[in-house]
Order: sequence, then C-alpha cells, then structure tokens
Amino acid sequence: MGKITGFMEYQRLAEAAEDKRERVKHYREFVLHLSDQEAGIQGARCMDCGIPFCMTGCPVNNIIPDWNDLVYKQDWRLALDVLHSTNNFPEFTGRVCPAPCEAACTLNINSDPVGIKSIEHAIIDKGWEQGWVVPQLPKRKTGKKVAVIGSGPAGLACAQQLARAGHAVVLFEKNDRIGGLLRYGIPDFKMEKHPIDRRMEQMRAEGVEFRTNQHVGQNVNAKDILAQFDAVALTGGAEHPRDLPVPGRNLEGVYFAMQFLPLQNKVVAGDKIPGQILATGKHVVVIGGGDTGSDCVGTSNRQGAASVTQFELLPQPPAQEDKPLVWPYWPLKLRTSSSHEEGCERDWAVATKEFIGENGKVKIIKIVRVEWKDGKMTEVPGSESEIKADLVLLAMGFLGPVQTGLIEQFAVEKDARSNVKAETDGPKAYCTSVPKVFAAGDMRRGQSLVVWAIREGRQCARSVDEFLMGRSDLPR
Amino acid sequence: MAHPTLPARQGLYDPANEHDACGVGFIANIKGARSHAIIEQGLLILKNLTHRGAVGADPLAGDGAGILIQIPDQFFREEMADRGVKLPPLGEYGVGMIFLPQEPASRLACEYEIERAIKDEGQVLLGWRDVPRDNAGLGESVKKIEPVIRQVFIGRGAGVTVTDALERKLYIIRKVSGHAIQALKLEHSKEFYVPSMSARTLVYKGMLLAGQVGSYYKDLSDPRVTSALALVHQRFSTNTFPTWDLAHPFRMIAHNGEINTLRGNVNWLRARQGAIFSPILGKDLDKVWPLIYDGQSDSASFDNALELLIMSGYSLAHAMMMLIPEAWEKHTFMDPHRRAFYEYHAAMMEPWDGPAAVAFSDGRQIGATLDRNGLRPARYLVTSDDMVVMASETGVLPIPEEKIIKKWRLQPGKMFLIDLEAGRIIDDKELKDTLANSKPYRAWIERIRIKLDDLPAPTKIAEQSKVPLLDRQQAFGYTQEDLKFILSPMAQQGEEAIGSMGNDSPLAVLSNKDKPLYNYFKQLFAQVTNPPIDPIREDLVMSLVSFIGPKPNLLGIDETNPPMRLEVGQPVLDFNQMDTIRHIDYYTGGKFKSFEIDISYPVAWGKQAIEARLASLCAQAEDAVRSGYSILIVSDRKVDADHVAIPALLALSGIHQHLVGKGLRTSAGLVVETGSAREVHHFALLAGYGAEAVHPCVAMETIFHAGASIPEEYRGEKGVKNYVKAIGKGLMKVMSKMGISTYMSYTGAQIFEAVGLARGMVDKYFTGTTSNVEGIGVFEVAEEAIRLHLAAFGNDPVLANALDAGGEYAFRVRGEEHMWTPEAIAKLQHSTRANSFQTFRDYAKIINDQSRRHMTLRGLFEFRVDPAKSIPIDEVEPAREIVKRFATGAMSLGSISTEAHTTLAIAMNRIGGKSNTGEGGEDPRRYAPVKAGETLASRLGRDRIQRDIPLREGDSLRSKIKQVASGRFGVTAEYLNSADQIQIKMAQGAKPGEGGQLPGHKVSEYIAELRFSVPGVGLISPPPHHDIYSIEDLAQLIHDLKNGNPRASISVKLVSEDGVGTVAAGVSKAKADHVTIAGHDGGTGASPWSSIKHAGTPWELGLAETQQTLVLNKLRGRIAVQVDGQMKTGRDVAIGAILGADEFGFATAPLVVTGCIMMRKCHLNTCPVGVATQDPELRKKFKGQPEHVVNFFFFIAEEVREIMASLGVRKLGDLIGRTDLLDMKKGIEHWKAKGLDFSRIFQMPHMPPEVAIYNSEKQDHGLEKALDHRLIELAQPAIQRAEKVTVEMPIRNVNRTVGTMLSSEVAKKYGNSGLADDTIHVRFAGSAGQSFGAFLVRGITLDLIGEANDYVGKGLSGGRISVQPSPKFRGSPTENIIIGNTVMYGAIAGEAYFRGVAGERFCVRNSGAQAVVEGVGDHGCEYMTGGTVVVLGMTGRNFAAGMSGGIAYVLDEDGSFNSRCNQSMVQMESVLAEAEQEAKVSRDIWHMGQADETILKGFIERHARYSGSIRAREILDNWTTYRAKFVKVFPTEYRRALGEMAAKRRKLAA
Repeated sequence: MGKITGFMEYQRLAEAAEDKRERVKHYREFVLHLSDQEAGIQGARCMDCGIPFCMTGCPVNNIIPDWNDLVYKQDWRLALDVLHSTNNFPEFTGRVCPAPCEAACTLNINSDPVGIKSIEHAIIDKGWEQGWVVPQLPKRKTGKKVAVIGSGPAGLACAQQLARAGHAVVLFEKNDRIGGLLRYGIPDFKMEKHPIDRRMEQMRAEGVEFRTNQHVGQNVNAKDILAQFDAVALTGGAEHPRDLPVPGRNLEGVYFAMQFLPLQNKVVAGDKIPGQILATGKHVVVIGGGDTGSDCVGTSNRQGAASVTQFELLPQPPAQEDKPLVWPYWPLKLRTSSSHEEGCERDWAVATKEFIGENGKVKIIKIVRVEWKDGKMTEVPGSESEIKADLVLLAMGFLGPVQTGLIEQFAVEKDARSNVKAETDGPKAYCTSVPKVFAAGDMRRGQSLVVWAIREGRQCARSVDEFLMGRSDLPR
Repeated sequence: MAHPTLPARQGLYDPANEHDACGVGFIANIKGARSHAIIEQGLLILKNLTHRGAVGADPLAGDGAGILIQIPDQFFREEMADRGVKLPPLGEYGVGMIFLPQEPASRLACEYEIERAIKDEGQVLLGWRDVPRDNAGLGESVKKIEPVIRQVFIGRGAGVTVTDALERKLYIIRKVSGHAIQALKLEHSKEFYVPSMSARTLVYKGMLLAGQVGSYYKDLSDPRVTSALALVHQRFSTNTFPTWDLAHPFRMIAHNGEINTLRGNVNWLRARQGAIFSPILGKDLDKVWPLIYDGQSDSASFDNALELLIMSGYSLAHAMMMLIPEAWEKHTFMDPHRRAFYEYHAAMMEPWDGPAAVAFSDGRQIGATLDRNGLRPARYLVTSDDMVVMASETGVLPIPEEKIIKKWRLQPGKMFLIDLEAGRIIDDKELKDTLANSKPYRAWIERIRIKLDDLPAPTKIAEQSKVPLLDRQQAFGYTQEDLKFILSPMAQQGEEAIGSMGNDSPLAVLSNKDKPLYNYFKQLFAQVTNPPIDPIREDLVMSLVSFIGPKPNLLGIDETNPPMRLEVGQPVLDFNQMDTIRHIDYYTGGKFKSFEIDISYPVAWGKQAIEARLASLCAQAEDAVRSGYSILIVSDRKVDADHVAIPALLALSGIHQHLVGKGLRTSAGLVVETGSAREVHHFALLAGYGAEAVHPCVAMETIFHAGASIPEEYRGEKGVKNYVKAIGKGLMKVMSKMGISTYMSYTGAQIFEAVGLARGMVDKYFTGTTSNVEGIGVFEVAEEAIRLHLAAFGNDPVLANALDAGGEYAFRVRGEEHMWTPEAIAKLQHSTRANSFQTFRDYAKIINDQSRRHMTLRGLFEFRVDPAKSIPIDEVEPAREIVKRFATGAMSLGSISTEAHTTLAIAMNRIGGKSNTGEGGEDPRRYAPVKAGETLASRLGRDRIQRDIPLREGDSLRSKIKQVASGRFGVTAEYLNSADQIQIKMAQGAKPGEGGQLPGHKVSEYIAELRFSVPGVGLISPPPHHDIYSIEDLAQLIHDLKNGNPRASISVKLVSEDGVGTVAAGVSKAKADHVTIAGHDGGTGASPWSSIKHAGTPWELGLAETQQTLVLNKLRGRIAVQVDGQMKTGRDVAIGAILGADEFGFATAPLVVTGCIMMRKCHLNTCPVGVATQDPELRKKFKGQPEHVVNFFFFIAEEVREIMASLGVRKLGDLIGRTDLLDMKKGIEHWKAKGLDFSRIFQMPHMPPEVAIYNSEKQDHGLEKALDHRLIELAQPAIQRAEKVTVEMPIRNVNRTVGTMLSSEVAKKYGNSGLADDTIHVRFAGSAGQSFGAFLVRGITLDLIGEANDYVGKGLSGGRISVQPSPKFRGSPTENIIIGNTVMYGAIAGEAYFRGVAGERFCVRNSGAQAVVEGVGDHGCEYMTGGTVVVLGMTGRNFAAGMSGGIAYVLDEDGSFNSRCNQSMVQMESVLAEAEQEAKVSRDIWHMGQADETILKGFIERHARYSGSIRAREILDNWTTYRAKFVKVFPTEYRRALGEMAAKRRKLAA
C-alpha cells in the first residue's frame, strides 16, 4: 500500500511556516498544513511495513500505515475515521506532538522518516474544514454518572470516551476555561485555542457537562463528588514544578514558567490581566532546556525581550544519535525548536549558583559550568561567571501532581514519585487504592506528553466503563 | 487388515503413513508358451533391480519382493498326486497361497475358516500343501515373524462351469474367510494373509531381498514350475518394519508409485456401498464388504478396487482405464469417442491419482499402465522370439540386441497389454478404441450430461440477506486484511497475493483472537514419496471439473439407461449458478431436485446446542437423500442477529461422513453455500471434506461492496470473475502440492492435518484426519463461532462501521500477536550490535515468555528442572563447541543481497558453523580462504558490491552447505566439490510443494552469471525435482551427489507434516547423511499467503515424529537431524535438542541481526535496509556486520548453556532425545489452549539402550562398487598430467552414476574449466544404469553403444556424451527409445548426441548444454533457460512449457508440432537460410550470435559424427528440403533479453 517505491522517489517535505521575522510579531499559529497533493505524496513515502514500528512508537498506536495510504489515495474521509479510531484529538497531537512515531519510522533508519505528524495535521484540519467531525451520540444511556476531574487532554479524552459509552459525564476544571495545559500551558503560536472550543462543542453534544472554576479539593469537596457519582476519574495533571532553591530565589523577577505562560494565553484570549509578567525590554534567562523552556523563549521574544538566554544543566547532546543502537526508540539529540530559531542563546552544562538582585528585583545570575561523568555532576573550579537577568523563568520540569487539596481529600495511595498509584494493565487498570476512583494522565504517570495523556484517558475510560457495566466495548 | 507386525500407533508414529515405491518388471511370452526359463528370467530381473529397493537396520531384512506367475499345472498335479490328491484339469481348480500364523492353534483356526468358507460357497476342498522353503538367508528380524506358508487347492462345485465363475467364487471365499478370521480377533492370527487365490495366477512373495525370492521358495527353482509370464516387484519402503503382506505383487498388480488420493478413494468406495449392485456378483457382493480395511497400503487398496471391478465383469483394461484414466479433460485432440468413454466413467469412479506405473495380470493378459503425468519410468522391449520384457529400467535382462525388434517406453496415461490367449500385443490405441466404441458413450454423454453453465441463467437473483453485509462479514470473522490481502488482489489480478518472510503469528488454538475453524487445519503436501505437479506449466493434466449429484452405479456394466449428471467446469459458484442449483428441478425438468439444509440455529441456545444440531442436520440429510433429493445445499445464508451459523466446514464434513457411513453419499451431491469461505485454503478444505461445489456468498458480495479497497472497475461482475479464477488457480496449486491433478479425486480426499482440535471431535466429524496435540472440542468450536457472532451483532464501537483490523499478515497493535514484535527486533539488533548479553536476555524474554501471549506449541512447554541435579555453568561444554551445531538457512543470492549473503557466510565460517548457498549457485571466487588486506569488494569485484565489508585473514566467504533445489541453478561439478554438505531441498517451510520464480528484473548480470543464465530472463524453479518422483529416485540422487563429491555429507530438507517421520526414515534408508526438518513457519522471499499460513505444521510435531520413527526403526544413529523454522533463542535450541535434533538452523533471526526489520517486502525488491533486494541503491544501505552475527550465535549458545546447567546436562549431545526433561506448562488458563495435550510429542519409543538416539555412525554409501574407481585409476595420466587417455569397457544397468566420481576428481583439480576437450575418452558398450554421465566435466567424453536409463547427463558440466544403438539392433532409431526420462536435467554446459528417442522431460531446466536427439517424449525442454536442443523426430506434448531461454530446433515433418508445443512462453518460427536471416532479422537477437542455419547444421553434422546417425546424414544430404521443415522454438523472454543486452552493449560502446 502507499506507493511501493514512493520512499525511493519522493523527499520528505516539512510543513511550510511563516518567516521567523514575521511570526514573532504575533501569537497566531505560523505552521501551515500540507496541501492535499503534498500530503498525498508524503503518504506515498510510507512503505506499509510488515511491522509498522511507528504504530508502537506512537503512544495511542495510531494506525499510521493505513491512513498514510488513504491520504495517498486521497480518501480523506476514511483516513479521518481511521485516525479518530485511535486518537480523540488529532488536532492537538498534529500540532504539538514531538512525534515519537517518526523517530520509530523505518525510513528513519537510513533516511528521513515519513512526515507522519504533518499528514495527521492535514487530515484533521481537512476533517474540520469539511464538517466531517460531528458528535457521535451513544446508542443508549446507561444512567451511570461519572466525574472526571481535570480537563487537560487526559480528562478530555476520558470524558469523551465515557460519554460515547452512554454515561453521564461531568468534567470538573479548576480554571476558568477548559483544557488544562492545552489551554494555558501551550502558547497560542504553537496551538491556537479555538480547536479546544470546537471539541468542547462536540463533546457537549455527546453529553459531557463542563464545570469550570470548580477546584475539587478547594471549592468542591471530594466527599460530595463520591456521593454524587458512580465513578470518578482523577486527571488533574502533574503541576507541581521543580524549584531552584539557591540564594536569591525569592527575588522579584524569578518565576516558574507556569506563572508566566498562562498569563499571555489569557491576554490572547481577550482577558485583561493587570500586572502581567512581561519580558518586554528585559534580559530574560530561561532555566531548563525542555519544551516548556522553549515556550518561554518564544513568548519572551514575542513580548519584545532585550535578550533571551536559555541554560541547561545537562551537557549538550549530540546532533545525531547512534541510530544502530537507538532506533526505534526516542533518541537523545540536540533539538532546535521553532522558538530557538526565533532568537535565543543556548548554553549547556550550566548550573545556577545564585540570583543577585537590586531592590528586591533580580539583576544578575551567578552561574558555574559543570562536568558530567558517569551520571555524576561536578562543578568546574573557577568557572563561575555572572550574567545579566531581569526576568528568570524556571522551566525545570514538574515533580508530580500538586499534593494538597484533591489528593489529600480522596486519600488515594501514591507511588514512589508521589504520583497517584495505579496500574495500566490487567483487571485493576487505572484503579486507585480507593474504590470507584480512577486516575490517568500526568497525575498517574507524571509529567509527559499530550499524546500519552490521551492514551491514558482513553484506556482509563475503558476501565471505568468495565467497572460500571461489567464489560466494555470501548477500545483500549 | 491391520498390518501384522508393524508397531502400534504410538506417540506421533502412525503406521498409516507408510509409503513405498520400488522397482517393477515383467517378462512374458506373447504366444503364451510356458517355460521355466521365464521364471528364472523374472527372478533375474528382480536381482537386477536390487538397487531400487532398500534395506533397513538389519541388512538381511529387505522391504519385500515377490513374483506372480501362472499356475504351474503340471507341477502341482504331480506334487498333489504324491499327496494322494488328483487335481481336475487346469482352470477347474484354484490355488490359494496362504500365510498362516506360527502358533499352531491359531493356524488351525485360520485353516478351519478357509475350509468352512470353501464349503459354504459350495466349492470343494481338494487338499493342502506345505510350501517348501529355505529360510537360511533370512535376517533374524524377518525370521521372527516368518509365517507358515501353505497352499490350499480348491475344486469347483456344482453350478460353476467356467473358470471366470470359479475365480469369482475363489474371490468370495477369500473375502469371507478373511472377514471371519478378522472377526476372531486372535492375538496370534496377525500373520494370516492370502497373497493369492486364483485358478490362473499364483504369487510367491515375502519380506525378502530381491535375490532371496528364488532361493526361499524352493518351488521356483523346480524346472517343472513353468509359466508364460512372470511379474516381479522389489519394494523400497520408507519404514523398515518387517511385514510379509506388504510385499508385491498383489493378487493382480505390482505397483511402483504412490496413490495420493487414497483416503478419498477409499472413502468414496465405502460411500457407494448403499448404492451399488452388481448383475454379475449378485448377492455375493454383500460378502465383499468391507472391501478395504483401514490402514491398508495404497497398493493393496488399489488392488482391492481393481479386483472388485474385474470380479464384477469389467475387463482388465477397462477397469484400469477407470481407475487411472489418462488426462482427457484438456486433451483437445483426443478421439471424441475415447473422451466420451472417459467422461462417462469419470462420474463412476474418481481417478486414483498419483505417480504410478502399474503392472497387472489376471493370468491371461499382462500389461502395464502409467499415470497421466508419466511420473514413473517403465521401459519395454519386444523380441523376435515373442518375448516381452518390461521393467522400471532397461538392461535388466541380457538379451542379444539382434533379437530385439522394438524398444519403447510406457507413456503418460498409456497402456500396454499383451493378450497371451490371443497371442499378441494390443497397443494403447487399439485397446482403447475398442473399448471406447463398445458402447455408445458419446451419445449417452450428450444425453445425460447437463452443464450448469449451459442452463439458462435465472431471470432474477434470489434475495440476498437483509442483514447488513458488515454484520455478516464480522459474524464470519472477516478482518480488514481479508480485503486488503485476500479479496482485493484476487478481484483485481485474478490470482492470490504474494507475501514474504515466515509466519510468526500463533496457531489458531493459541490465539486470543476468534479464528474461523478453517485455521485449525493444515494442508498436507508431497515430499519425496510423490512429486508435486506444476499446475501452471503442466496444466494439461489438471482439471477442476466437478459432477454434482448422484453418481452412477460403479458396477453397472450392463447399464442401458445411465442416470443424468450435472457438470460444472470449476467448483466455485457465482450468484447465478447458485440460484440455478437452488431451483434445479425447474431448470432440469425435475431430473434433479435440491434440498437446502440450514446450518444456522438460534444463538440463544448457546454452544451446547451444536452437537444435537449437527446430529439433526445429518438426519435431515439422510432423509432428504432417501426421499429422492439429488443435491443437498448446506447453507448458512440464514444467519442474522438471532441465528448463529455452525461452521460450514464442520456441518459439511459431518453430513458427508454421515452419508458415507450410510452408504448414501453417492446418491446425492453436496453443495456448500457459505459466508465463511473467502480464501483458497477455505475452498480446499470444503473440497477435501466433500463439497462438490461452493458458493462463497459473502465473499462475492464483499467484492461488489468493497469501497475503496478495490478499484471501482473490479467492484462487480469483473471482480467476481477474477476472484473465481483466482480461487480456481489456487485450488489447482493446493491440489498439485499433493500431486493431485483433478478436483474429482481431491473431493473428499482429506489431505489435511488438524492442529489444535480434540481427537474425539475429529474422529467423529472429520473421520480419518490426524490430530496430534488434541485441542478444542465441538463445543469450543461453537463458542468461537458464537463469540464472533456476538461481536458482529454487538455494540463494539470499533466494529460499528469497520471490520476488525486483523493483524495476521502485518503487525497491528491490538491485532493478532506476532513473535517478532517491534520491541523484540529492537532488542535483538541492539544487543548484537553492542555485544550486550544483558540486552539479549531482554530479547529472549520477549520471545520465550509466553505466559501471557501464547504463540507456539513450545511456548507451552516447560523444562523439568530438578534443582538437585543442576550443575555450575562452567561444567557445561563451552559455547564455541555449541555454535558448531548452528547453520544459517538456505537463502539464495537472488532472494537476498550479495552483502547480506556473504555476511552470513563470513560469520558462520568464523564460528565453525555452516552457511547455506540457497538455490542459485555460488561464485567460485568465494571458495579460496581470505588473505590479509582483502575486502569483500576486492574479492568479488568492486562493481558487484554496493557496500564493502572488511575481511580478516583466514576468513572464508564459502558457504559450507551447497543447496541442490529443483531448479538446479548453478549446480556444477565444481559447485558440488566446494561443499562440506550438499542439501537436497525437497520442500521449503513457507511453501512446501511449490516451485518458485525469480522474475527477470531481479536477474542481474551477476546472478545470471552464477546461475548460468541470461540477464533479464526470468527463472522458474519447478515444484518437483524432476529426478525425484519417489523414494528410490531420491536414493539415486543422493548416490549421484555423493559421487559428485564423496567428501560431502548429503542432506535432505523436509518440512514438518503428518507422516514426515516416515519420510525421514525413508531418507535415512536412502543413505542421506543428514536430514533437516523445517517448521511450517519458515521464511521465504515470495510465496502465496495461503502457503505461508496454511501448509505444514510446527517443527515440534515434525521433529518429534522424526525422532520417534527413526529410533523405532533403529535408523537414528546413521543420520544427523537438523531442525529449523523460526528458531530464535537458546530455549528454542534446547527444546529442539530434547525433541531430537543434533543441529539447528536459523534464518530470520540472523537476518534481523544484519538489519532486517520484517518489512515483508522481499518479493517487491524494495527492502529499505538492503537485505532482501538487488536494487543497488538500497543495497548501499545494508548495515549488517559478521561480528554481529557471531555475537548472536554466541548469545544463543550462552542461553543454551544456562538451560543445560539448570537441567544438569554437560554436553549438548546428551540433551538430544531427552524428552523426560520436558513437560507441559502447568495451569494454562487460556480457554482454547487448555485442551492441548503434548504427551504424543514427549513420548519416546521404548527401545533397548544400544539403539542410538542421536547421530553416532556413518552411512554406507556403497561407493566402493562404483565403476568410476576403475575409470579414475585408468585416467590418472589425464588427471595428473592432462594427458589424453582412452578407455573401453562394458557397462550394465547396475553401473549407476558412471563418470561422476571421475568428474569430481577432475573438478577438484581443474575447477569448472576442466580439461581440454576429449582428454579422457571412455567407450562403453551395454545398457548403462541411471545417471550415466551425471555432472560430467569438460574434458571427459563418454560414448555408449547400447542404451541408457533415466537421468543421462544430469547436471552436465561441460563433458560430452553420445549414445547410439548397437549395430546389431535392427530397429529404426527414430522409432525406438535409446535413453530414459529426465535426460540432461539441469545441464549447465557440454554436448550430448543421442541416436534414438528420449523419454519424457528431455532437457528440462537445461541452462547451457547442446543436445541432439531423434525424438522426445512429453514436456521436452520444459523450464529451459539456455543452451540448444535439436530434435530430429517427433516430440511429445507440452514441449517448451515454461521455457524462458535457449533455443530448440524441431524437425516437424508432418506439420503437427504446433499442437504439441506449449506456446505460452515461446514463439514458433521457421529456420531461415543464413542469407535470408541476415537480411530480415536483426543480429541482436541471433542465438549465440550465429545464424540459425549455421548452428543447426553444425549440430547435425556433429551428431552424425559422434553418434553415427543415419538420420542426420540423410538430413544433411537433403539440407534445403529439410531446413524448411525445422521449427525454431524461440522463448519470448530470451528474445527480449537478447535485444536489451545488445542495446546495452551499444550504449556502453557509444
């Protein structure tokens, strides 16, 4: 399927993007999806492998060869069906997923992988354009009520699956808008927010009730939830950020990334935010080399920062991984994001010693170079230096779910990493230690990708359905 | 009758699997003159056929031999007179030859029953005579079971006036007494057997060696014993259990061959019991049943059937024509009366199909016939003094040439009959014309035959189901893959899709998915004991014609008003045809009536209902037949949400077996209408279990409504038509895999084995089918159907608008499981690249741990670890010793890239294991050891290597195992001499019984060079080895190859199936040093999916059966056993050893180590990692390294060592056969798998300790007897110093494979270039044995004056052969045979001149030799890829089938060649005068760059010179006239390739 010799004839084509000098002037998405023909040719590069490694590389196990072939044959409608059969929200993953599927693509062994993500992007955008994405109403109602707490990708996926199985689902969200990190963690220029709203419309029609500003564990009591619902799914994410306890941490101008990023999203959404933390005209230092750090870089540039510097504690990874020993797994290698391209100094193997301030406001960061040997870090003697910093954004990852409130009230058992404890396989899949309470997504597995959250939300929904009905037809 | 002395069925050994094949012959005086000399000569024939028999573990125990003669009246008269008995005149008494028990009381009981039967049948007991015998020469094992042998003399009673009537009475006496003795069920009556009881013939036979018959039976040396005929037989059995009764001749026949359709034939005979009556036998017919006892040999069964026909009044010839008809179906120029004769009888008797030369006699006539394929040799000669000698080979009797007036052979489907009473030979034409015209068959056929296709199509199609198609598809277990891989390709291309690599998904019984019942059955296939057929190139013998409805009375010889019959051209019915059948009474004016049996039942009744439902269906069917319905339609079309269908196969087989049991089956036809049938395997099963036609309703509807998966133009009638065609082709392939040619005889033949079905259920509903590991019962079958049904009609959102993903053919998450998961491949590659045993453990765990996912039978095994016996690992033999037992699989250079092929070879040579060339030759540049500084490219040529591999000093690129497959590509004397082991590939796990094809675009210049063919010309590997049609042929090939390289061990590769153990025993007796048992799941570069998935069984079964059978036969010690097929881990190796393997083959796993990622694209040439492709760009991407492969094998060995340590076994050799160390895993919860029972696999025969259970001795090949030792001695000046040597010597038929060992000596020293032409010149006189001049190298010339047998010039490697008749022989060379069958098979180079006619299959797969002959049989030049053949006489049919290269020039004097040439791949042109060719034809496409006239004339001149041909002289003398009569046979592929090569040359030059 696909085209037998397509991979030998066609080159990989990246999605077109607006020029970096232009795109930093606004917060809109700047990546364009492929045209029908372009996507068709990219689909033709798929070899329809006897073992599609992409499919296991993908956490939701998208049936990639099948929709690649359908796009090649320009059967977009069926391609959309196949895509939706494993993934509730391809519009999210088609935009923000790092695409482990492409790392696992067999063409990636010795050539450029199939542009799987770009094809997914094209399919789902086409689906919305054509009005093919419509509510899938359950055949009958079960009369069971399920509370899903947390409206990030895991919660959304879980809620949608359960509604389709005929359950009455209420989705609780502590913020004013639905979407969790999709809404407030990911900047608009990476993913605009109207797709979330569109999905909400669909889900509402399928029977999901959304309740915002409902912070279970704060303004809503777990006891009440347990009393009102036949089952509960905890999908509250892993929002407890890793801190940097060095002298000067309390200075003004040192913030967690998640204190900074949501504000800009709200502004883009039309909210008025008095005293918004802004990078405008400032020397910004982002500490942490991951995706969140990258988002901070992009946002800072858009706000008009004087300079942006990003530090990473770990050494600079190689530009190219040792494929024979890594493929088909996710490689550790130097990744340059679109935000980096827009302007940023990057430095590796750098540790922060101290924040030095003036009038309570941070002005300088004292750093030191470090060396790594056998997984152990040592400072390089005499390598301290100081760097100007008006705004420091800490993007060093998350330690797990916020422990207070929700988790306390449900009194669920936790694992060694302070996540809510639950298996993913077997008869107790996604069950917490508390009867009828389930957990999925980052809250269960710790900080991860959107696509993992969707997977867990779907699988958790099946477990809940089985728990409620004795059996389930929901796919895992 | 149960075999008296075979071991009982035990473990996996089943005596029903015994095969035999052999040498057969007769001598007769045409005028009926009796003499003792005829008996002496008969015995001499027997002795001279000794090499066609075999001996087992006891060298004094042959497989059986015997002689059939006329009653020696004078002798008996005198003998009996001495005993006081006066015999009546000849013809008025009968003689029974009786084997009796040694135990006296039992013997008396048997004698009493015989005497009682004589009395009851109103005849007279005249007396008994003890047969004088001398058992001095018999082996101990034979003596132990030697019967008492007596003759009984029976006089005719009142009312019996003619000898024929007496014969019938004797027949009934034999039957009645036999049944009575069986009924006594005496422990000591097993030896009882009646070799003959006749007023005309007498059989002396036994468990004897050929030479012992005459000395054992003293009668035979008494000069008073005379006969006008002697029919002799020497048996070669696959097993060695001494049995006296299995020796031939039987009462009427001696048979060389195999009846492939035996099960069906026997069933059909039984099925007729209720609908059969004989005007001749009358009520006596009732006493005949059971006609054939269960478990009888094919020959014995055939003899029983023939005897019944003859006793019922058919003539000998008539009966033979019914049982073994020639291929009339597609024989367009057969006489219409004869066709009608065959067609008329086709409905009465299904062909007994298989390779067969049957010699038969009733004492008045003697004759022989050959099967429609002509797969056995039979040569005869007629002398001027009225003698006829026929035998499997010529030269068995010394007869002065001047006395011989005719030398000929039996031809395919032809009969040869001598009527001793009439005193003349009746030839095939006269014989058959007489019979064909004896009744108005043609008129009858016209009157009684209704062709379904000729009936008016119904005006409107009956309503199709109201149930949505998707629900019905799901109810029958359709997946998306059924569309993608099965239906869509068939609807578009009219043939089955091709896949590659092996099958690594679980058996149906282990699968978590719900599988159709079809998946529990595995197709059986031919290997060694009978050849598969090529259904494409030899389709003239194939037929899909099926008769639906009642069959005529088999014994109705005086029929005047035969019943009507309904005929279909092929058995797959479309909507119209089905509708016609449903309303057949309307369309046939009430002559046929159909009755529909609804096999669905309310799903609410659950699985428990199935048993009673089936019983009711059988009752319904029985009643319908009894009340006159002539067609039963077994239908599941009524399936809906509330009604589940009983699997159609189960319902059909249940009903079929029930009707057979009631003797009603031939009174009605069975048609199946089912939604479940979609792939070839399904249709094959339905046919095999009794369906005369099948309508696959859902499959056809699916094609109509397939959506995007089938292009629109095929989504309708066109697609359905293609689909029907594809199924038909596929069926022919499945049938031909087993060597069966006609659908009629395939129907009900049950050529399957069940894996994972409970024996109780199989015995009840699939009676006679093997099932060795138990499994699910009938209620679980119902449960599986109900599960599918509930899913189909349930709420599963995944199934709401789509089919299940499948995952059987390609990996899918949540689809079917596969052994090779992405994780497993990643871990294996990472571990071997990083040399990390730890990561390898992760890999092995994924494969080995089947606690959660059940994949293989061995996955459910467990080692019995006794911690007290465990030993430290350093006490276990080191890994470097264990790896020597490892080999890589046979993957040809062609299927995989040069880089991949050499990587494996380097690695295996580094560890002391063995790599395998695969089919396709090997570059001689790979033979010498590597010197320092060399690389792969520097050795093989920079332009030939896309990715270089550094080499170490002392490395070797040579594959130690040289494969010899059916295509014989590149099999030269030099190739053989470079081998440590020569492997004969009988079958391949992925596609047993099938041939292969390397398409032209893959035949690069390099591959063409290695295969001695033309670049760009496609190469076909035929399904059979054309020199192996039976076990004794295999013995001959083993002998040939051993002569070709006496230092190499000879291996035979078999594929696991029921009965493979017996075949392996035969292989051991055929002197193979080594046997490989491959699992069904092994890999392939390209094969139809149905073969990959459904043929053969797991190696656990085949290996265990092999070990058990070999040990039981005491044959294990002399042969090494290798196992392969999805071997992946050390655990696999340990289990293989425990089940009986000395060595282990790996193919897929090492390929994965070199980079294979199971793309399954080998057949598309697009392997993206450069492993299985010839594309230069892709080959650059190859990343494999020998080091990684070395790591892999050491890891495997290390894992084996760990297991051995835990089991307390120090040496791998000590693990072999230790099944006490294995157990079935405890606590298997899986609802299907928990019914499995492996006790038969784990059972080991109880044998004394001295019986070897692993390879410990050497075979005795008997090479010391070879004539070549003398030749080598005499040729020393040539071999040492290249000096010319001339030798003259006589030759006999027992001198086999002459010139081959001599060639080996030359090739060893001089390689393929050999010596200068004619350096060693040998002149022979006499009759040469088989394989004269095989693998003869350049520089050797063999001239033979006399004649030769089969396989002359096999694999000719540059030498020259000529054969011409003795000057004393008076026959015309163009009308007499001079050489046998399959001459020049796989010839590579050299010349041959034959002054006379050749047998069938002349120059098959010739790739470069030049040959001139004065006539050929059928299938001349088949699969030829190069060289030149000149035929100066008549050809047989199917000339040039599958011929892709080379040229044949055929002298076509009467212009009839056109009808005998298969023109699907060749064009026929005239041979132009040189000037004319120059003017008209581009030089680009001139054969050998010369004008045809020059070439042709040159060869004819050489023919005249070397063979003294008068014919050649005459042609040359009238050249212009004759030239115009020559036809040039020019393969289209060759023409295209010549053009392309010329264009390329010009381009390079420019």
